[in-house]
Amino acid sequence: MQILGLYNYWIVIVLMMAGLYIMIARYNLIKKMIGLGVFQTSIFYLYISMGKVTGGSAPILDDNVTQYSNPLPHVLILTAIVVGVATTAVALALIVRIHEEYNTIEEDEIKAIEAAEHDS
Amino acid sequence: MIADQLPAWQIVIPMLAAPLCVLVRNSTAAWVVAMVANLLTLLNAWALFVQIRAEGVIRYALGGWAAPTGIEYYVDIANASVILLVSFISSVVMVFAFHSVRKTVLTGKHYLFYSAWMLCLTGLLGICITGDAFNVFVFLEISSLSTYMLIAFGQDKRAFTASFRYLIMGSIGASFILIGIGFLYAATGTLNMVDLAQRIPDAESKRAVLVAFSFLTIGLMIKSAVFPLHGWLANAYQQAPLVVTAFLAGTATKVSLYVLLRFFFSIFGPDYSFGAMLLNVVLLPAAVAGFLLMSLVAIYQTDLRRMLAYSSVAQIGYIIAAFCIASQAGLTAGIVHIFNHALIKSALFMSVGCIIYQVGHAHSRSFDNLFSTMPFTVSAFIISGLGLIGVPLTVGFVSKFSLIGASMEKGWWLIGAMVLVSSLFAIVYIGRVVEVMLFRKSRMETPHSVGSNEAPLMMLVPLYVLVAVSIWFGISGSTTLDVAGQAARALLGGYQ
Repeated sequence: MQILGLYNYWIVIVLMMAGLYIMIARYNLIKKMIGLGVFQTSIFYLYISMGKVTGGSAPILDDNVTQYSNPLPHVLILTAIVVGVATTAVALALIVRIHEEYNTIEEDEIKAIEAAEHDS
Repeated sequence: MIADQLPAWQIVIPMLAAPLCVLVRNSTAAWVVAMVANLLTLLNAWALFVQIRAEGVIRYALGGWAAPTGIEYYVDIANASVILLVSFISSVVMVFAFHSVRKTVLTGKHYLFYSAWMLCLTGLLGICITGDAFNVFVFLEISSLSTYMLIAFGQDKRAFTASFRYLIMGSIGASFILIGIGFLYAATGTLNMVDLAQRIPDAESKRAVLVAFSFLTIGLMIKSAVFPLHGWLANAYQQAPLVVTAFLAGTATKVSLYVLLRFFFSIFGPDYSFGAMLLNVVLLPAAVAGFLLMSLVAIYQTDLRRMLAYSSVAQIGYIIAAFCIASQAGLTAGIVHIFNHALIKSALFMSVGCIIYQVGHAHSRSFDNLFSTMPFTVSAFIISGLGLIGVPLTVGFVSKFSLIGASMEKGWWLIGAMVLVSSLFAIVYIGRVVEVMLFRKSRMETPHSVGSNEAPLMMLVPLYVLVAVSIWFGISGSTTLDVAGQAARALLGGYQ
C-alpha cells in the first residue's frame, strides 16, 4: 500500500531514468534533446509532488481554510522551467548550426566526419 | 550608503552591462562597456574583500527580505576571495580580448560575444556570493548557458559539436544538482544555506539527505571536471576562442570547486561528508587517478590547447586530493592551489592565444625556434610553465609544497609521492614544448622567422600582468597562504 501510495514518485523515477537513457543511448541530437526534456520534466514533477500537503488547499488566503499546500516548490519550478526552455533554445540553435556545417545530426556520422578531417 | 550595498552591486554591474553591450552594437563600444563594467566589478570585489577582512561576515538581505523568507547573499572570506579572483581574471582577460576577438570572432557578432561574457561573469559571481541553495542552481545555469554560447563562437565547425557535448553534460550535471537541492529541501524545509547547515544534523538519518548528498556529489563532479567526468573539458577548451578558454580555465571550474567546498564543508560539515559518508573513498582515487593519468595523457597531445586542457584536469585532481585530506592544512593547500592554478593556467592560455594570433595554429611540434620571433610570449609561457611544474619561487611551488606538507601531516605518504611523480610528468609535457620553441632550428627558412613577430602590446600587457602577479605570489607565498588559511578556517568552522 505504501508503495502504491507513492505512485507520483514512481512516475518521477521512470521518467528520470527514461530521459537519462535516451540521452546516453541515442545518437540523434534531436532525440538527445527530447531525452533531456523528459529528464528535466521529471525533476519538475519531483518538486511539485513534494509541495503537496495531504488535505491542504491551494495556497490562497481564505478564512475557511486552515491548511495550505506549500507554494514554494511551484515558484522554484517556474524558474527551473524557464531555465529548461532557455537550455532547449540554445541546444536547438546549436543543432541548426551543426546541421548547416556537417549536413547531418547523427552523432556517429559527425564523429566519422571529424575523424576523417583530423587524419587528412 | 554605497558601502552597504556592495554585495548587490557585485552582481548588478555585470548584469546591466550585458544588455548594454547588445544595445550599443558597435564592436569597440561594446568592448569599452564590458571593460568598464569589468573594472567596476573588480573595484567592487576589492572593496568587498577589504570590508570582509575588517568587519567579518556580511549577510545581505536582498530587497530587505530577511533570511529564511527572502534570498540572502552570504559573504565571508572564502567566497570574497573567490569573487576577487574571478573579477580579476575576467578584467585581465578582457583587455586581452580586444585584439583576439577582432581576429577570431565573426565580425558583426562581437557585441553578442561581450554580452555573453558579461552574463557568464554575472553567473559565476552569483554562484559565489549567494547564500541560497536554489539560487546557486539558477546562477549556475546563467553561467553555463552563456558558456555554451561563448564556446560556439570558435572558428572551427567542431566548436559547435564541442559546445553541444558540453551542453548535454553540463545540463545533466546541473539537473543532478537541482535534484539534490530538491531532496535537501524535502528533508529540511529550507533553502537557506545557514539554515540548511543547522537542520541537517537532525535530519542526517533520513534517506532523502543521503540521496541529496549523492546527487550533489555527482553533479558538482561533472561541473568541476573531476577525473572520470571530465570528458567535456578537453574539446570545449580546444575549440572555444582562446580568450574564452583563458577566461574559463581561470574561473568556471574554480567556481564549481568552491561550490563543492561550500556544500561539503559548510552545509553538510566535514564530519558528515568525510566521516559518515566516506566521501574520500570516492573522491581520493578519482583525484589521484586524475592527476596521474591526465598528466600522462597531456604528454601525448600535439595540440597545445588540448595539452593544457588535460593538464587542467590533472590540477583539479590535486585540488580534490587536498580537499580529501579535510584538515586545516589540506583545505588551505586546496584553496591556495585554486588561486595559483587560475593565475598560471589563464596566463598559459593567453600566451598560447598570442601564439595562435601570430602563427595561426597550435600544433606544438611546429613551433621551431619560436623564441627568436616571439621572445616575450615564449618567455611568459616558460615562466608560467615552470609554475605549473612547481619549481621553487613560483606559485606552483607554494601550492605543491603545502599540498605535500598536508598529506604528510595526515600520514598519507603515498599521495605526496604521487604528486611528485605527476610533477615529473609535467616537466616532460611542458619541457617538450619549450625545447621545440627554444632550441630546435627551423627546418624551413620562412621569411617571417627573421625579425620580430611579437603579438600586439594590448595582448602582451595583460599576459605579463598575470605573470607578474604569479611571480609575486610565488616569492611571497605567505600572503595567499594566509588568506587561504582564513578561508579554510571559515569553511571548516561552519556558519556562525
